Amino acid sequence: MTLILHAQQIRIGYKDQALGPAFDVQLAAGQVVALLGPNGSGKTTLLKTLLGILPPVSGQISLLDKNLSDWPSKHRAQHIGYVPQALHSHFSFSVLDMVLMGRSAYLNAFSQPCASDQQIAMDCLAQLQIQHLAARSFTELSGGEQQLVMLARALTQQPRILILDEPTASLDFANQILVLEHIKQLKEQGLAILMSTHQPEHALQTADHLALFKQGTLAKTGPAAELGTAANIAWLYDLSVAQVNQQLFLSPR
Amino acid sequence: MQQVISPTTALAQQTPKRIRIAWLTLLGILLVAVIGALLAGSYSVRLAEIGQVIVARLTGEPLTSTLDTIIWQVRIPRILAALLLGTSLAAAGAVFQALLRNPLVSPDILGVSAGSGLGAVIAMLLGLSLFWLQALAFLGGLAAVFLVYSIANLLHQRDPILMLVLAGIAIGTVLGAGISVVKVMADPYDQLPGITYWLLGGLNGVSMAELSWAAPLILAALTLVYLLRWHINVLSFGDEQASALGINVARSRWWLIAAATLMTACAVSFSGIVGWVGLLVPHIARLWVGPNMSRLLPFSMVLGASFVLLTDTLARSVSQLELPLGVLTALLGGPFFLFVLIRSNRL
Repeated sequence: MTLILHAQQIRIGYKDQALGPAFDVQLAAGQVVALLGPNGSGKTTLLKTLLGILPPVSGQISLLDKNLSDWPSKHRAQHIGYVPQALHSHFSFSVLDMVLMGRSAYLNAFSQPCASDQQIAMDCLAQLQIQHLAARSFTELSGGEQQLVMLARALTQQPRILILDEPTASLDFANQILVLEHIKQLKEQGLAILMSTHQPEHALQTADHLALFKQGTLAKTGPAAELGTAANIAWLYDLSVAQVNQQLFLSPR
Repeated sequence: MQQVISPTTALAQQTPKRIRIAWLTLLGILLVAVIGALLAGSYSVRLAEIGQVIVARLTGEPLTSTLDTIIWQVRIPRILAALLLGTSLAAAGAVFQALLRNPLVSPDILGVSAGSGLGAVIAMLLGLSLFWLQALAFLGGLAAVFLVYSIANLLHQRDPILMLVLAGIAIGTVLGAGISVVKVMADPYDQLPGITYWLLGGLNGVSMAELSWAAPLILAALTLVYLLRWHINVLSFGDEQASALGINVARSRWWLIAAATLMTACAVSFSGIVGWVGLLVPHIARLWVGPNMSRLLPFSMVLGASFVLLTDTLARSVSQLELPLGVLTALLGGPFFLFVLIRSNRL
């Protein structure tokens, strides 16, 4: 299994203020890692750090064999695709234009997406079965459709890593399942995927590894089958095992 | 895969009919505006005569007539000034609205107008020549934005856009107070009317000489902004997404703010403060052709040029006394803006 992104002994936070002690993160090809943790624990901060948008307070992150901070943003974006949380835009770009933004990593400062970029964008829309939305205005789409368009945008970056910030938040039941199914398919294609989620059952269905994030640090990490116990979930969210068991059917260990 | 390929090629080829109609309408308006501006004025002429004068000059045998002087030294400079002014304000407005992710900001959001205004009124207070008035207006505008930009960078907050806007408001307020101080200090009979009139904005008495140094700077800034149009699209999704999509955010934003400021400061230096164009024009253009800068930027530029030229022609022909252009753009712009908002019912 090839490691693509490897963070060693990093502490995360803003402006030299670390949120918690140091930890390691590893992302490998063809593997889904689900990031679970309470609100305000710093999950989004971690995702931004691994994206290279925010420098770690200490420690080192390597993308392939090079330090993440040494990658020019353009080349970095050819390897890491990002699907942010619910998007607020005042400007109603067409879906095709939105998805074409993902090709920016392959364009020079003064150039425009060309026909082959359009072809890649359409292929990515087709892969998610939403090519019929291409000419629609992004702001008029439903939440589920918007999420898939954002996923298509990240795919046009042709990345090796996908980082998704709560991809199923604010989606209805059917769309949650649809998005998770797409994530599994992308994993089969060999992408390394890191997704944060608030729903332990989504993490257990989709992920190979769990990363339990608490108080600014990655407290526990390991195979989903081992780590996904009621005891661990209860510990993570400061609940009792009985409370967790009322909601989820997990192994009791 | 066949069904995948066909919609792509279809999309690549088609410019929606709606957009082609919008462009044809707009070019028609521009043509009418130029012809109207050539004809309008107290010295009445016929279109054929204007044609003769222009052809004669272009073929290298200028006619020595009053008409030649009026066309070439009064009306054409003024038309060019109006076109340059409208183009720069609209383009700068479109850029700032995308960069600051707000469809309701204008090119002077970072204090360029207030800075230019202060520079100009100081020149008038000191009784400096027209050249220095323009130079100080230009430098004042650039200095104001540089100050705002530096302060926002020093603040190092998580939201650099918000810091830019807040610093712009604070510096703009201080500069506005500075303008008021100059007005108080000015001689109420000799200087104050001139200062007040300049601040109202207008193209009265603009000459080719003034335009000859402003125009190349404006064209250079417009070219840069147009070349960076795809980056502007990506930057309108905010710093984090733009960075994750592979844009060097700090560098692109710096160049775009510098170019938009340069074109605004150049325009203000020969026109005074003409409001509303930079806010209104990109907004209306967006309703017609959408937010993609590849379409929005050129469309805004031509729409801005046409709007300012029409308004300026109206300003100088509506009565014996010429109305200040800035007053007329506000008078027409405000209600028209409301009309568009009510009609479209969306931002």
